[in-house]
Amino acid sequence: MTQLALVIDLNVCVGCQACVTSCKEWNTSGIAGYLSDDRPYDADPTGTFFNRVQTFEVGEYPNTQTVHFPKSCLHCEDPPCVPVCPTGASYKRVEDGIVLVDYDKCIGCKYCSWACPYGVREVDEHQKVMKKCTLCVDRIHDRSLPRAERRPACVMACPTNARLFGDVHDPDSEVSVAIRERGGYQLMPEWGTHPANHYLPRRRTQITIQPEELVRADNPLKVDGKLPKPALKEPALDDVTSW
Amino acid sequence: MCACRCGIRVHLVDGQVRYIDGNPNHPLNRGVICAKGSSGIMKQYSPARLTRPLLRKSGAERGAGEFEEISWERAFELLAERLARIRAADPKKFALFTGRDQMQALTGLFARQFGTPNYAAHGGFCSVNMAAGMIYTIGGSFWEFGGPDLDRAKLFVMIGTAEDHHSNPLKIAISKFKRRGGRFVSINPVRTGYSAVADEWVPIRPGTDGALLLAILHELVAAGLYDREFLVRYTNAGQLVNVDEASDGFGLLVSEPGKAEPVPEYPRNMLWWDRHSNGPVPTHQEGADPYLFGEFALGDGARVKPAFQLLEERLRQYTAEWAEGITGVPAATIRRLAHEMGITARDERIELPIPWTDCWGREHETVTGNPVAFHAMRGLAAHSNGFQTIRALAILMSLLGTIDRPGGFRHKAPFPRAIPPAAKTPRGPEGVRPDAPLAGLALGWPASPEDLFVDADGGPVRIDKAFSWEYPLAVHGLMHNVITNAWRGDPYRIDTLLVFMANMAWNSTMNTVEVRKMLNDRDEDGEYRIPFLVVCDAFHSEMSAFADLLLPDTTYLERHDVMSMLDRPISEFDGPVDAVRIPVVPPTGECKPFQDVLIELGSRLKLPAFTHPDGSRRYRDYPDFIVNFETEPGSGIGFLAGWRGKGGEKYMKGEPNPRQWEMYAQNDCVFHHRLPPSYQYMRNWNRGYMEWAQRVRIRRYSDPVLVQIYSDVLARFRRAATGRGGGRRPPAHLRDRVATYFDPLPFYYAPLEVQVTDTRNYPLAAITQRPMAMYHSWDSQNAWLRQIHAHNYLFVNPRTARLQGIEDGDWIWVESQWGRVRCMCRHSEAVEAGTVWTWNAIGKAAGAWALAPDANESRKGFLLNHLITEELPIASDGGRLSNSDPVTGQAGWYDVRVRIAKAAPGEPHETWPQFAPMRTFPGMATVRRLWQAYVAGGDAKGGP
Amino acid sequence: MHPAFSVIFLTTLIGAGQGLFLALYTVELYSLFDLLPEQESRTFYAPGAAIALGLLALGLLASFFHLGRPERGWRAAARWRTSWLSREVIVLPAFMAAVAAYWLVHWAGWREPRFAPAAGLEVTPSAAIGAAATVLAFALYLCTGMIYACIRFLQEWASPLTVINYLLLGGASGFTLATAFAGYSAPALVPFLGGWAAVLTGIALVTRAASLVRNARLRPKSTLQTAIGVKHPRIVQTAQGFMGGSFNTREFFHGRTRAFVRAIKWTFLVLVFPVPVALLGAGIAAGSAALLALAFAAQYVGLLAERWFFFAQANHPQNLYYQAIA
Ligand SMILES: Nc1nc2c(c(=O)[nH]1)N[C@H]1C(S)=C(S)[C@@H](COP(=O)(O)OP(=O)(O)OC[C@H]3O[C@@H](n4cnc5c(=O)[nH]c(N)nc54)[C@H](O)[C@@H]3O)O[C@H]1N2
Ligand SMILES: Nc1nc2c(c(=O)[nH]1)N[C@H]1C(S)=C(S)[C@@H](COP(=O)(O)OP(=O)(O)OC[C@H]3O[C@@H](n4cnc5c(=O)[nH]c(N)nc54)[C@H](O)[C@@H]3O)O[C@H]1N2
Ligand code: SF4
Ligand code: SF4
Ligand code: SF4
Ligand code: SF4
Ligand code: SF4
Ligand SMILES: [Mo]
Repeated sequence: MTQLALVIDLNVCVGCQACVTSCKEWNTSGIAGYLSDDRPYDADPTGTFFNRVQTFEVGEYPNTQTVHFPKSCLHCEDPPCVPVCPTGASYKRVEDGIVLVDYDKCIGCKYCSWACPYGVREVDEHQKVMKKCTLCVDRIHDRSLPRAERRPACVMACPTNARLFGDVHDPDSEVSVAIRERGGYQLMPEWGTHPANHYLPRRRTQITIQPEELVRADNPLKVDGKLPKPALKEPALDDVTSW
Repeated sequence: MCACRCGIRVHLVDGQVRYIDGNPNHPLNRGVICAKGSSGIMKQYSPARLTRPLLRKSGAERGAGEFEEISWERAFELLAERLARIRAADPKKFALFTGRDQMQALTGLFARQFGTPNYAAHGGFCSVNMAAGMIYTIGGSFWEFGGPDLDRAKLFVMIGTAEDHHSNPLKIAISKFKRRGGRFVSINPVRTGYSAVADEWVPIRPGTDGALLLAILHELVAAGLYDREFLVRYTNAGQLVNVDEASDGFGLLVSEPGKAEPVPEYPRNMLWWDRHSNGPVPTHQEGADPYLFGEFALGDGARVKPAFQLLEERLRQYTAEWAEGITGVPAATIRRLAHEMGITARDERIELPIPWTDCWGREHETVTGNPVAFHAMRGLAAHSNGFQTIRALAILMSLLGTIDRPGGFRHKAPFPRAIPPAAKTPRGPEGVRPDAPLAGLALGWPASPEDLFVDADGGPVRIDKAFSWEYPLAVHGLMHNVITNAWRGDPYRIDTLLVFMANMAWNSTMNTVEVRKMLNDRDEDGEYRIPFLVVCDAFHSEMSAFADLLLPDTTYLERHDVMSMLDRPISEFDGPVDAVRIPVVPPTGECKPFQDVLIELGSRLKLPAFTHPDGSRRYRDYPDFIVNFETEPGSGIGFLAGWRGKGGEKYMKGEPNPRQWEMYAQNDCVFHHRLPPSYQYMRNWNRGYMEWAQRVRIRRYSDPVLVQIYSDVLARFRRAATGRGGGRRPPAHLRDRVATYFDPLPFYYAPLEVQVTDTRNYPLAAITQRPMAMYHSWDSQNAWLRQIHAHNYLFVNPRTARLQGIEDGDWIWVESQWGRVRCMCRHSEAVEAGTVWTWNAIGKAAGAWALAPDANESRKGFLLNHLITEELPIASDGGRLSNSDPVTGQAGWYDVRVRIAKAAPGEPHETWPQFAPMRTFPGMATVRRLWQAYVAGGDAKGGP
Repeated sequence: MHPAFSVIFLTTLIGAGQGLFLALYTVELYSLFDLLPEQESRTFYAPGAAIALGLLALGLLASFFHLGRPERGWRAAARWRTSWLSREVIVLPAFMAAVAAYWLVHWAGWREPRFAPAAGLEVTPSAAIGAAATVLAFALYLCTGMIYACIRFLQEWASPLTVINYLLLGGASGFTLATAFAGYSAPALVPFLGGWAAVLTGIALVTRAASLVRNARLRPKSTLQTAIGVKHPRIVQTAQGFMGGSFNTREFFHGRTRAFVRAIKWTFLVLVFPVPVALLGAGIAAGSAALLALAFAAQYVGLLAERWFFFAQANHPQNLYYQAIA
């Protein structure tokens, strides 16, 4: 069974927000209906987005890590948002594991959003229905697009390629390999929702320098006579020890 | 759109933009796109778009934003009439300054043809230190000119970079680099963005990188961790410098006696002191190997030392402990960084099996690379000690042997250039004549005091005083002083100021409150001090309100543009690349591309380059100009390098091709010429490359470009200031200044502003960073982007904040010697404790950008520029000099020192200062106040 | 959570409506077994049922304000197999129908027994309908409670106490209302109903207090560490990714100060429990229907506060992601 998902590499995400606006842009005139913005040019502008990038600071100065953290629907394998939906508008597709909302059925009761621990569902205040990341179903299965472009808008946009897309059930897929080999993890595992989306942690590369690497036979200072060999006549231990 | 110039694809539905994505075939962004690029729709359809030419209503105050709509014909008549008058009398009374545009080749051409020296683009307030510091040292720079080769580097050190021009390519590269297991170190007072993903963050006190770099150099030299072979052959490290005060040539590189220089502007017959023969020999003599250390006496008795010896002597004082006290970076860290750099460069060496021949004829089997790469930007540049700091960086890169080598720094065509590049300004006021083009370029690269653009008394000819003794190497001008100088009439008054694509009433100006006053200040007889102000903008910017004549520009989706080899192309490491934009939607309202406006004006003014000898118009419009313009008749060099020649069969050089636009369009709008691998590296000294470059006219000479460890150019200025050499001398009050800062070897000094600040009273450095999701001031009109950054906070280290009793979210006052602002504080553990910072240009003047007067941008957002001064009381004659680098005139944005205090309990929760709300102008679309939802093809839905 | 007034009214109104019906039916059962005097259908049961029905209808109406697309409300019955909300949507109208039928038989006065399931046990239509309605009333309490209790992320709600409290608080308010109603229509029943009201209120106090104690002791299962998957004791958000608010900041935060929330807590603790009991006592003692009515009014207002607090106290794990703007 296929389970499509995103794997987000926090090791390279620089928090540029490209995935945020490319998602908005793709989806606002897409099949899923518009994503409205309230007070677009006034105080406290707000609107519907499927994807947000947040910033966290970990640790204390000067040992601080700044973590840029993108988050959209995680397409849980056991999505708590689905069974609670009274209309069946929220559903998980069998064929590819994408969790979707059928806008024609949704009554905007918001109950599913309560049942999602990740805060990724948003009611569109004007269409009055629940919305969330569709994993760009309208791109990824669109055969009129070249194969390389049958990927989510945010994945295409991401300049650091921090967003990998693929089938997490296929052990050979890029995403599965990344999860396996780079320590992919799920958010809030304590709830047993089994998010399909995974995150890859920060990794730190260091250089270790052995003291002897600083002293080398071919030190260029020698060429200029800056590390002169001691004169033969200089006192040496040889002169005084005997056994 | 922005300076990164990625390739985009615009998808339309019923003529409206449905979707913009990255062009996968574009060499720069390879399909990716940034947050701003993806929000292009909201720019295109923004209610802040200007759509009509507007003239200030007669009787209305300038700045009040009261306009009448006029026709383009009327606008052209008005302008042409006024400009013709100025040109006939004194062309320098017309000043043209442009912001973050990509058409400086055209604007520069127009200014030059007009005959005014008063032209510059944003470089002076942007990053001229980076350009000049590097180009005067290695013949190339970061930025569009070159960059780190992260495909092969093992260690990458990024200094003072938040977002940068080459933003998408850099992001692509950093991510690949990290995934390859490269080590990434970021030196920055703040840890966000790129620094966030660095393996090591080195928080540094702003303005002190020079000390850090010098201490690293100290360690490298002391430990012998430098690439001697590289230094000897490819830099002037082994060249002898005259250190004999009694000698005529004191301070200069010693040249071979009696040998004629083939190219006098670029002397190359210097001397080494050969280790084998123990005597002076011409450099690069086969079999010779110079001493890098020592002191010698020439035949005439003059004492000389290798440049490297002088560097070593200079570096002695710069120990890691010394630097720790200045930079706040622990000495152990400095040493470790030096060792990491030196040992990685030495022990991780790359040898590519690419044979090449150097300019002295030696054949090399391989191309060597020392895989330590650097990148630096305005964190180094935007300080008044930036030039020398950047010299130190370029020298560090050279000591590690990483110039135009795999894994190190790589040039991009048309770089490397000669040191300094050949372009020159006129040398005196006689270069400016009525009704005649300027006798030189408005911006050039002085090689010596003789190249300065000064009058007989050494006074400036340009309004911004660039190329005067105040800022001799101001190769990009000093746009940040234009308004103040013009207002004061120092050095003279001007008549008409044309500002294109720069928000000089807000974020590209220092001392914003006062500058706004200057813009509509009048003199005693009631005349505006700057009599006529023309603004070409696409949006309802703070600046547009001050226009007397406001010209609505098209957007990047509505016009033809070129990223030209004559300007700032988008070249790659492997060869020259240029690109074009082709309009995808028709102009909105009556918007007209500024390029067309210039061509129209040039034709009406009968400027030679734009007209036939009989005075008739030469170019229909901009696309026609691009195809047919040649730098000189028959030169075969035009704005675009691709598909030249009658049928598009030539490149770089060739006759105009009438189908050039079409051919670009068929090729993803990009022309990319890949050099053969043997021409891709070591280009400063690569004979094959140099000959090719000479053939395609990228370069005039094919001389090698030796890295200037010791800068002869700087030495010439210093000699002038100390009365040597008999040429031009600085006016008395500037002699010490020139003598001090034109040190031919890098040195550290505290930024000028810090030198005149009581740092006990103003202990904190205040800096800005570019947010990745905003372009300067003009993305707040974007309904999507402004949700991400609606207003800004001052980020303060919690320990620093709590010393003042300031909690997270508190309203505070930030005060410098020059001004104060009220804003909100956000605690952050990711900022150096002596630094405070904010996102740049999020704060807006009320009502600007078609935003409601109570929008977050103006009520809660603030502009740091209010705290920054454009002039400092540092002149030795008691006058004021620009708050700029004394060498290049680079604006010292990041030198300001501030203090913070909690706002009083009763104070309004609103930023200060506030400005009277800007009104909307005629022709602007009505703003959707309540809500909107964009759907292409269908109307954008939404309430009123 | 952000307390939505539609839901506050929905749950308190139907809770009281259910309780009122249960009180009526209790009286009917008692009188069937002659433990209480016979009551007039037309003056007691029918108007009582009508009031209950009115409350339920008002609740239903309030619920529509919660829906973005009320015109599609009927679709909500689709997923009764998995969704407690869907079940509530089915049970509420069913219960209303039962109460309506109950009202009808009383209003029409069909009181004679119609069938006898067992010898000697003759069942009146109203008793039968009432029994069915009673089952539905309990089912409805269960559904309503489970809507909240089944969301395991909302630890404050995810407890049987939630269902019990819905049941007891709804029951208590219904019995208080019944007492007040009896004060006007059947004063003889006042001590009986008032007594039960007080008893239910007292038990509700115990269970509600138990949930308060439980909630005060809760340790959030999710932390910033699990939310972003970084193991470090000190994690602080500096930017949530937008500044002008979003659905996630509007729906899940009450936006009030701690002091305000505490004040609401004490308000409901006073208004729901001691005040109505005292007023009931006083009303019974003084024979004052007005005081009894006041008891209900106080308790209902208290319940509005209780429900507000119920929502406000629930701390959704998603809130971890929405802590700071910059
Ligand atoms: N998204 C976006 N991209 C842009 C722009 C934009 O507005 N938005 N603008 C474009 C333009 S015009 C330019 S010039 C480039 C500029 O690109 P950058 O040079 O990256 O721009 P800044 O934001 O000025 O970044 C300066 C960095 O230097 C750090 N810094 C400040 N002082 C010091 C110091 O003394 N030492 C060190 N080591 N670091 C210091 C700051 O913390 C900050 O991280 O970006 C271009 N790209
Ligand atoms: N405090 C502080 N100040 C700074 C900096 C900093 O780091 N800190 N950075 C400095 C730097 S590096 C720079 S480059 C400057 C940038 O400063 P500016 O050049 O003033 O930058 P923008 O705000 O981008 O203003 C560009 C103007 O061009 C307009 N515009 C946009 N698109 C078009 C178009 O297609 N045609 C026309 N005609 N106009 C258009 C916009 O509406 C806007 O008014 O700011 C400088 N100011
Ligand atoms: S992340 Fe939330 S909305 Fe998405 S499937 Fe999981 S529970 Fe449902
Ligand atoms: S808001 Fe829509 S999708 Fe969510 S539970 Fe209600 S009906 Fe289902
Ligand atoms: S997958 Fe598509 S819908 Fe989901 S966040 Fe990415 S762009 Fe948005
Ligand atoms: S586009 Fe990529 S790098 Fe940028 S914020 Fe999104 S995930 Fe991170
Ligand atoms: S970086 Fe600049 S050119 Fe590239 S996509 Fe973004 S806005 Fe466009
Ligand atoms: Mo810039």
